[in-house]
Amino acid sequence: MKNKSLVSITDFTRDEYLRILELAAEFEKNPRQNILSGYVIATLFFEPSTRTRLSFESAVSGLGGKIIGFSESASTSASKGETLYDTIKMVSNYSDLIVMRHPLEGSARLASEVASVPVVNAGDGANQHPTQTLLDLYSIQKTQKTLDNLKIFMVGDLKYGRTVHSLLMAMSQFNTTFFFISPEELKMPDGYKMHLDQKGLEYYETNDFSEYVREADIIYMTRVQQERFTDPIEYERVKNAYVLRRNMLEGTKENMKVLHPLPRVNEIHTDVDTSPQAYYFEQALNGVFTRQAIITSILGIK
Amino acid sequence: MKDKQLVVSAIKNGTVIDHVPATALFNVVTILKLDKLETMVTFGNNLGSKKLGKKGIIKLSEVFFKDDDINKIALVAPSAKLNIIRNYEVVEKKVVEVPDEIIGIVKCVNPKCITNNQPVTTRFSVVSKKEIKLRCHYCEKITNSENIEII
Ligand SMILES: [Zn+2]
Repeated sequence: MKNKSLVSITDFTRDEYLRILELAAEFEKNPRQNILSGYVIATLFFEPSTRTRLSFESAVSGLGGKIIGFSESASTSASKGETLYDTIKMVSNYSDLIVMRHPLEGSARLASEVASVPVVNAGDGANQHPTQTLLDLYSIQKTQKTLDNLKIFMVGDLKYGRTVHSLLMAMSQFNTTFFFISPEELKMPDGYKMHLDQKGLEYYETNDFSEYVREADIIYMTRVQQERFTDPIEYERVKNAYVLRRNMLEGTKENMKVLHPLPRVNEIHTDVDTSPQAYYFEQALNGVFTRQAIITSILGIK
Repeated sequence: MKDKQLVVSAIKNGTVIDHVPATALFNVVTILKLDKLETMVTFGNNLGSKKLGKKGIIKLSEVFFKDDDINKIALVAPSAKLNIIRNYEVVEKKVVEVPDEIIGIVKCVNPKCITNNQPVTTRFSVVSKKEIKLRCHYCEKITNSENIEII
């Protein structure tokens, strides 16, 4: 993995995922080490994402690395019309690795081709956010003790939700059975279902949650956003149908965990928060260890 | 008879691109940059064709293409047929084939793609040739035959 950029979840192989997860477990036991001392990590956030930026910066700081960068492009030369190409060329001179978030899709791939140092994509528009996927894999493995042969329920906006698409691509290498629960307008796109067909994996599509939920190992919730609906009446009709409440978890497996990439709006009722099956806050913390694993393996330290 | 003569007037050496769908003729001109040529070029369009309804034809005097260059027109004119002319004789006939990778030429369909917002040359891998589907190297979105726009 040394010097390899991480732009898209499909850039890494199954073995590389497993290696990252193994390292993440090591960092969880020992998140404060001085192994990044002398390294400079650039965090370039062309659009604000406090949650993701703090997770990366906490990961780097915990290992003694220095951080340079910006948290919104308004204060930088990019706002004066500098191209991404030029910004990346410049920042390559000052850093050992670039973490970048940018509103335009494909920006991270371009940056990885322009930069003389590796690039980690921290989100390029609606396209890819691979470190989120790796932290999801880590959370699944940690709670289920395996990634193989699980039943994963994906709920909510399956059409535009990039996190569920990337998770599907990654988990399709572990013989997963998928259940897709979404309103008609926000169904999983055919391209992803074709991918599962090609892999010979089973999946079920339904708009009724309760029928199968007892089989779930993981329930992965996503936000259903109003702006995704062409018809506002349709939004009003479905928005409450995809809210998870504690009583819906009755009779589910003990090992089952509820995941969510956060921030949530109202799709998980707060009465779920105190359930032992709620895992979304720990999931976010796992992001720090996973990002430590990604950065140190790309830098060739681990 | 005279009209027909005008349309198919012979060239001595060069390339005839025949069976171009009438709607694709000007895209073919753009892709092959024929407007930049200084040699003799003859166009015909909206000619009757049994296969295509209306077709276009382009005759290029003293112009011979490399396969890689001419294959680019398969994106808009997969039915095109080439006749290579030497000394007024057809010495070779060729069909065009969609290449595996398209660099430049086509615009990405995704308005939020980096290639539509900054000076970046587009790049696609061809994921389906029969019914053309191009996958953007940058934003990973699919541009298909209905929304192919030539730059
Ligand atoms: Zn694109």
